[in-house]
Amino acid sequence: MGGCTMFLFRSVFSLRSLFWSTGLAVMVVGSAVARAAPPPEAASCAACHGAQGAGQAAANFPRLAGLPASYLAEQLHLFASGQRQNAIMSGMAKPLSSEQIKTLADYYSGLPVSMAAPAQTVPADLKSRGEQLAMLGDWKAGIPACFRCHGPGGVGVAPAFPALTGQSATYLDQQITAWKNGTRSGDPQGLMHTIALRMSDADTKAVTAWLAAQKPEAAVMGKTNQAGGAQ
Amino acid sequence: MSKHIQQIKPVLTSILLASVAVVPMVSLAAVEVTPKSAPNAAVLTGSTFTPPDPSTIPNDEFGKMVQLGRNIMFESKKYAPQYVGNSLNCVNCHTDGGAMAGSAPLWGAWVSYPAYRSKNKKVNTFEDRLQGCFRFSMNGKMPPLGSEALVALSSYSYWLAKGLPTGDSKIAGRGYPDIPEPKQAPDFVRGQAVYEANCAICHAANGEGRMVNGTVVFPPLWGAQSFNWGAGMGSISNAAKFIYANMPYGQSYSLTPQQAWDVAYFMDGHERPQDPRWEGSVAATRAKYHDNKNSLYGTKVNGVLLGDTGAPKPFNQ
Repeated sequence: MGGCTMFLFRSVFSLRSLFWSTGLAVMVVGSAVARAAPPPEAASCAACHGAQGAGQAAANFPRLAGLPASYLAEQLHLFASGQRQNAIMSGMAKPLSSEQIKTLADYYSGLPVSMAAPAQTVPADLKSRGEQLAMLGDWKAGIPACFRCHGPGGVGVAPAFPALTGQSATYLDQQITAWKNGTRSGDPQGLMHTIALRMSDADTKAVTAWLAAQKPEAAVMGKTNQAGGAQ
Repeated sequence: MSKHIQQIKPVLTSILLASVAVVPMVSLAAVEVTPKSAPNAAVLTGSTFTPPDPSTIPNDEFGKMVQLGRNIMFESKKYAPQYVGNSLNCVNCHTDGGAMAGSAPLWGAWVSYPAYRSKNKKVNTFEDRLQGCFRFSMNGKMPPLGSEALVALSSYSYWLAKGLPTGDSKIAGRGYPDIPEPKQAPDFVRGQAVYEANCAICHAANGEGRMVNGTVVFPPLWGAQSFNWGAGMGSISNAAKFIYANMPYGQSYSLTPQQAWDVAYFMDGHERPQDPRWEGSVAATRAKYHDNKNSLYGTKVNGVLLGDTGAPKPFNQ
């Protein structure tokens, strides 16, 4: 049975390579194939992140669907190396080969983004500061707007900047706190580490509550069309 | 991989001290484990001016014009489409919508005009100066004097400068802060290495920036959608100053001055839209407008004679 699954998986994989070389848009092909046949490794992920990679906001398991493939792959490598510390994910990531990581990252990146309405609303006392930090930043404190790098509406900008929408406030808060205290590192150029150090606990609470309440449908735009060339 | 633990250079010690003073919320413990950078461009300028908060823009006819000016700063093509010919937004070079000291703040310019400019050898009003931004930096068309775009940007600049003494063209925080001269002549290959390590994650390896769903997120630094050869940012010295104080975002003054010069040379060593003051040939245009060490226009860089792309293309909205 296991061998059969692997065989199927390999076939799908080579089929996909074939499509690649014929020049069809990889995004379309990736999504279609991924939906037809999840790689066997994804079974472990689905328990927490959901069959469609939508995450579980209530349990703070993050959304994976539609995030940039290279970002997802990088996180698995960071979990494996311990630069991003998480007991569950470290155990999941360590046994994976680079090839398996790439397969999983491509699979979840190709899944459609959940269109569900946000489960969370932003408390009135956090709205103004949260919106300011997300859209304009606070340059006096050295905090650029989230959307300046994560894209308009926080939809994400491949390859390195993940979407911020469709994640729970607690998950986002945990990440900023982890960058601050050093249990998450390896972010490109220390960009988030630098910014997190400048955010007060109140800032973190406000901006994560605001982001978690944004409409996730904007996130379907989260693919990069880079002006004039390959990445 | 991570650069956090890189050796802190002596020059940065003072920056760290300054950043602690400016941002009290950064604890001493936090500073010890990290940066290497200042929170913003203002830190090393000595600026003490604080422009008004955008939430205080008045809710009246004047306030509407101020808000339009601010909107043009953030989303130039959306709010001034008839004058913008590329993918840039004013805010790309004027951090925080023109409010940030050390990032060519509009308040610094407002109190410095009218002024004589050697660039066009005449006394320029503030509106003349804004026209230059559209013609060169935005590779577009000059808004006519008195047009709504210029009235809006003037109103916004005037509003930002509230309380500043007029006529102080040396006001701290104006323009981009000075940077020490490079110890070694700026270099394309060294600049490329700086670019790949610090800039490409946002601006892409090919310098053309990144877009999401038709919206520019990271601006193109060269190529058809960037500023043209007549823009101030095409001067290596100007670009080095901007980069040193403002880039990467949130990591002001993290590059060494030499790195800033090298990467400015690398950026300005690429092809971009023709200088609209085209004199009929690259040589003639260089002789008249670019005959100085800070312009690579009309010189051969990396095997390419820069600017050798023929007459300027007509403006397409």
